[in-house]
Amino acid sequence: MLGFSRTQSVALAVLVLVVIAAPFLLYPIVVMQVMCYAIFAMGTNLLMGSVGLLSLGQAAYFGLGGYVAGYLVQSVGLTPELGIIAGGAAGALLGTGFGWLAIRRQDIYFAMVTLALAQIVYFAAVQATGFTGGENGIQGIARGDLFGHLPLKSDHAMYVVVAVIFLAGVVFVHRIVNSPFGQVVKAVRDNEPRMISLGYRTDAYKGMIFVLAALFAGVAGATKAMVMGIVTLSDVGATTSGLVVLMVLLGGIGTIFGPIVGAAIVVAMQYYLAPFGAWVIVIQGAIFMVCVLVFRRGIIGEVAFRLRTPL
Amino acid sequence: MSTIILETSGLSKAFSGFTAVDRVDLRIETGTIHALIGPNGAGKTTCFNLLTKFLQPSAGRILFQGEDITRLKPADVARRGMVRSFQISAVFGQLSTLENVRIALQRDRGGSFDFWRSSDSLTRYDDRARALLTDVGLETFADTPAAELSYGRKRALEIATTLALDPPLLLLDEPTAGMAEPDVARIVTLIRRLRTGRTILMVEHNLSVVSGLSDRITVLTRGRVLAEGPYETVSKDPAVITAYLGTDHA
Ligand SMILES: Nc1ncnc2c1ncn2[C@@H]1O[C@H](COP(=O)(O)OP(=O)(O)O)[C@@H](O)[C@H]1O
Ligand SMILES: [Mg+2]
Repeated sequence: MLGFSRTQSVALAVLVLVVIAAPFLLYPIVVMQVMCYAIFAMGTNLLMGSVGLLSLGQAAYFGLGGYVAGYLVQSVGLTPELGIIAGGAAGALLGTGFGWLAIRRQDIYFAMVTLALAQIVYFAAVQATGFTGGENGIQGIARGDLFGHLPLKSDHAMYVVVAVIFLAGVVFVHRIVNSPFGQVVKAVRDNEPRMISLGYRTDAYKGMIFVLAALFAGVAGATKAMVMGIVTLSDVGATTSGLVVLMVLLGGIGTIFGPIVGAAIVVAMQYYLAPFGAWVIVIQGAIFMVCVLVFRRGIIGEVAFRLRTPL
Repeated sequence: MSTIILETSGLSKAFSGFTAVDRVDLRIETGTIHALIGPNGAGKTTCFNLLTKFLQPSAGRILFQGEDITRLKPADVARRGMVRSFQISAVFGQLSTLENVRIALQRDRGGSFDFWRSSDSLTRYDDRARALLTDVGLETFADTPAAELSYGRKRALEIATTLALDPPLLLLDEPTAGMAEPDVARIVTLIRRLRTGRTILMVEHNLSVVSGLSDRITVLTRGRVLAEGPYETVSKDPAVITAYLGTDHA
């Protein structure tokens, strides 16, 4: 189905069932948050998994997407779907510029450049109070009516919108990986000098992946802004950049379903560990270390390895 | 009169003071097999890196098909038709043998930036890819991941991938290095067969391969051209003999 392998189709079917059942068993708002972070993590995984680039600044695109959507919906009065589209576009646009700067660097230098660029965005967000609300953030964003007609005030209505975006994101990521473009990217990851010697301008392909990752981040941030009705500095901060990397590593780098599982675990930890206050970070760090030591491939990566099939 | 496909003048490369390639003038005639030989560390691979622009020359000029390519990027040199192989076998281990060849074929689509299309659209290259695999005797391994091929087969796959681009000038860096005798014979036959319609510049240590294949030879020592000419002349050159016996401490 849609080019998914048999095991992947089963996994996708299970995922759809979980998405349908979840709002009846759990707080819809929490599940929506998981889906938003999952979209964010799937994009980040494109960078980490398919071209092996570790970005430490993905929150820049996530936060910008949130601010743009929040601002346009609240202050300009755009409908929520336009806000989300604009948020994604803003993320992709920023990713085009930053990607162009970062992609020429390798390994740790790439990570440092992405981190530095994201810090610039963070400080800009602190300063541009007219747009971001500074320390207060943008608060009380009303979800408005989808296409100007369908009210999203109820969590269940909003849930359907988020679920559709999320599932479309899963199919889209799979398609990217399994496209002619995806083949080239895989080969670049495998042996970049050889690809250059065959006449491929490899930086352009890495740049395109960077833009796609930023697009996912922008859409994720914008959708989350609509869900929660609030965008704050933490959405654009370094902790969020770190969390999304954690989600990808926990779930399984280079897998389709891993980032989703990673997002669910990290969001769940934040809810259940909330009573522990500042200890959350320490506990998260410990769980992360155990996971990395026990499942080096991540949870879904480990399952895929055992089943000898891509997931 | 014969035409020159590739010409260098004063080509040099210095690595922090150490000159690996020193004012090399090369002239490669169209349609010939030209061998570049010399002891280890002579600068042969560095020369290849300069010609294909994987390294930027410290000095000198490179003319390919009459055009100055000294300032081009490596991918653009390849697009003009000078394609190299690597001394260490370079296949895409994660891809199947067939996909390895296809990745070269699919370059003629222009950019492969269509991330929204299914990779099923690449199956139209499969027939041509299989034909190339048959050419190098790998037809039965089409679905094998390239990482699992034997060393000799990896080199054959590398040549098939390069040939998929049908380049007018082929640069082969030690195509038979580390191979057992039957594999060497297979590669030699292959090179002899694929020379029609193209020019080959090859680095090779195996002198029987060189003598059997090449029209002209350039001998490099310590980054400099020591001798140049047909195999019979060059192999009798006393300077070349001393260089190869390693008694030259001048
Ligand atoms: N990137 C580099 N940096 C410094 N020295 C190098 C580099 N590449 C090659 N060299 C040196 O240049 C010389 C020529 O190397 P190479 O071209 O690989 O020789 P060959 O292929 O003829 O065996 C060697 O002494 C090698 O150590
Ligand atoms: Mg060499």
